[in-house]
Amino acid sequence: MIRKIVLPGTEVGDAKSKLPGKGVFKEGDKIYASRLGILSEKGKYINVIPLSGVYDPNVGDNVIGVIQEVFKNAWIVDINAPYPAFLNLENVPWRVDYGETSKYLKVGDVIIATIAAIDEAKNIDISMKCKACRKIEDGIIIEIQPSKVPRVIGKSGSMLATLKKYTQCWIFVGQNGRIWIKGEDEKVNLLIKAIRKIEKEAHTFGLTQRIIKMLGG
Amino acid sequence: MLIKDGIRMDGRKPDELRPIKIEAGVLYRADGSCYLEWGGNKIMAAVYGPREALPRHIQDPTKAIVNARYNMASFSVEERKRPGPDRRSTEISKVTSEALESVIFTELFPRTTIDVCIEVLDAEAGTRCAGITAAAVALADAGIPMRDLPVACAAGKIDGTIVLDLSSEEDKEGEADLPVAIAPRNEEILLLQMDGHLTYKEFEEALELAIKGCKEVVKLQRKALLNKYKTFEVE
Amino acid sequence: MDIPEVKRVSAVKRDHLARLAKEGKRPDGRGPDEYRPIKIERNVIKKAEGSARVKIGNTMVLAGIKLEVGEPYPDSPEEGAMSTSAELPPLASPEFEPGPPKPDAIELARVVDRGIRESKYIQLDKLCIEPGEKVWIVFIDLHILDYDGNLFDACSLAASAALQKAVIPNERYGFGDNEPLPVTSPPVSCTFVKYEDFIVVDPNLDEEQIAQARFTVALDKNGDIRAMQKGLKGSFTIDEIKNNIKRAQIHAQKIRKLLEE
Repeated sequence: MIRKIVLPGTEVGDAKSKLPGKGVFKEGDKIYASRLGILSEKGKYINVIPLSGVYDPNVGDNVIGVIQEVFKNAWIVDINAPYPAFLNLENVPWRVDYGETSKYLKVGDVIIATIAAIDEAKNIDISMKCKACRKIEDGIIIEIQPSKVPRVIGKSGSMLATLKKYTQCWIFVGQNGRIWIKGEDEKVNLLIKAIRKIEKEAHTFGLTQRIIKMLGG
Repeated sequence: MLIKDGIRMDGRKPDELRPIKIEAGVLYRADGSCYLEWGGNKIMAAVYGPREALPRHIQDPTKAIVNARYNMASFSVEERKRPGPDRRSTEISKVTSEALESVIFTELFPRTTIDVCIEVLDAEAGTRCAGITAAAVALADAGIPMRDLPVACAAGKIDGTIVLDLSSEEDKEGEADLPVAIAPRNEEILLLQMDGHLTYKEFEEALELAIKGCKEVVKLQRKALLNKYKTFEVE
Repeated sequence: MDIPEVKRVSAVKRDHLARLAKEGKRPDGRGPDEYRPIKIERNVIKKAEGSARVKIGNTMVLAGIKLEVGEPYPDSPEEGAMSTSAELPPLASPEFEPGPPKPDAIELARVVDRGIRESKYIQLDKLCIEPGEKVWIVFIDLHILDYDGNLFDACSLAASAALQKAVIPNERYGFGDNEPLPVTSPPVSCTFVKYEDFIVVDPNLDEEQIAQARFTVALDKNGDIRAMQKGLKGSFTIDEIKNNIKRAQIHAQKIRKLLEE
């Protein structure tokens, strides 16, 4: 199984026998790639897994956001997407009265939230009513390309487990490419180096082994 | 004499391109980038986006707005150019935006802008074609969904002969200049400008030659993008 | 740089940098007196009379030198003139906007200019063509390509390197053969920022985003001061300024060696 990289406009399949999945489009009888990415066929679907690109939010994603603006009944949150997200005061784990919003979350505060709803105009509503959701007050946040998040997590979370095992750090990966890390300074620096390596080599084989080696395994 | 016995002043044949070098993903801050050398041209292109379109009143609720900005550095030309956009840069920015927007799936990102920045650092004729070619690579590098990888190349007429990819001298002293940008898959014309004097037949010949040149350049764009990931292609 | 804060710096980042600062550590692991790797390349632009591309870490700037024949200033009829400008194109950072130069760009250009002018790097008295009528005007154009902090030092270095091997374009004007631009010894600039009472050299983007005060000093080959600029809204104590200069003298010596290679 060799990974093929395709470019926008590359022909990737026949529309008569296959169906267009993600990162592709249909034109006439053929299916073409719309993104720079890796060709991946799953059953009847042809997909292109992007190698780059902005975060495209999906309902249910857990994200790490930064408060940008505070209103009397809501907050506007930067979730590293082309659109800001709205957090209504009813969707937080505290009982917030109208006008009291800044007492709970100020500009610059960092939160873990979940994407609750997205409408056709791409207005995004997020909520902090979820198990992992909370305000983050320590550790550090690093940003990676959102397209590399699946590789940092790994199949069934295997890569993430490897990272935690060898660095003993707390790690939370947001689907929007933001990762929260907490641990000893040296271990944190090593972990960041490993994550950057995964980001750079996400499309290659044997990565897990190389990461284990790098972390001293 | 710009062409003698089928050989041009710089030694090229009529259908030969100047040397081209393309590198993808060269900048740290930009979402996508490309450094391109084409003859004496040196171009740096960067893409930011899609990102929220601000101020809010410029937003298009149905699609992304593609803003290409073509700018020449003061030191890129023989007679120093005062910094800032002039009428020529503004026109080139407009036709470039329109050419690129044509292939981008803008409906996927309503209320955003996709900002394409093209900086000409060293200029030697054909900068707008080099700019579009570099911008295309930067867009692909940034993960912007497109239906094809746009590319541009110019043809022209010197001493009555139709030639590909005019040099500086040829542009100054020649009889016609025809920059063309295409979506190579279907040979769709995305940009077409012309100044000079061409008969209808000469135009046909020049257009065919420009498109041929475009298809050669596409190979280099692809190579640059694949090179960044250094993975081999099967088939 | 007074960066327009479209994206606010997160509280987590601020706290993290503050904690590191208290321990004398920097976010990228450098010491307070450590520069990022510096790379200098000259003669990169054929159309320019002189040029250099400088990288300090990820920050990348291009300096282009162009010479034109013009009239001398009335108070110096037998001297050439120099003019420095800086362009911060949207290419170099998601926060840069197109348009006429903002105060940041103007301050940057004027500070770089001051270092070069006051160290008499360009021998303006050798740039006279016809006294009172024609002199050479040297244009230094700084073009930022990638912004990751410390534009002052990157631009100053690029300008110095570009001028080192610049030529007077006599051929273009029919004045005879091209000659090297007459220069003496370049200034070297050193920039510090202060955050949480921690003063570090060569700030990266993160550090500039939370910096309270900034200090740049341009030194000549003897370690004497030719130009200084304090920026941003915070303050330095007198001792801090004096200490910065002492630190700069050591850095400038090392950087000067890079220019001499």
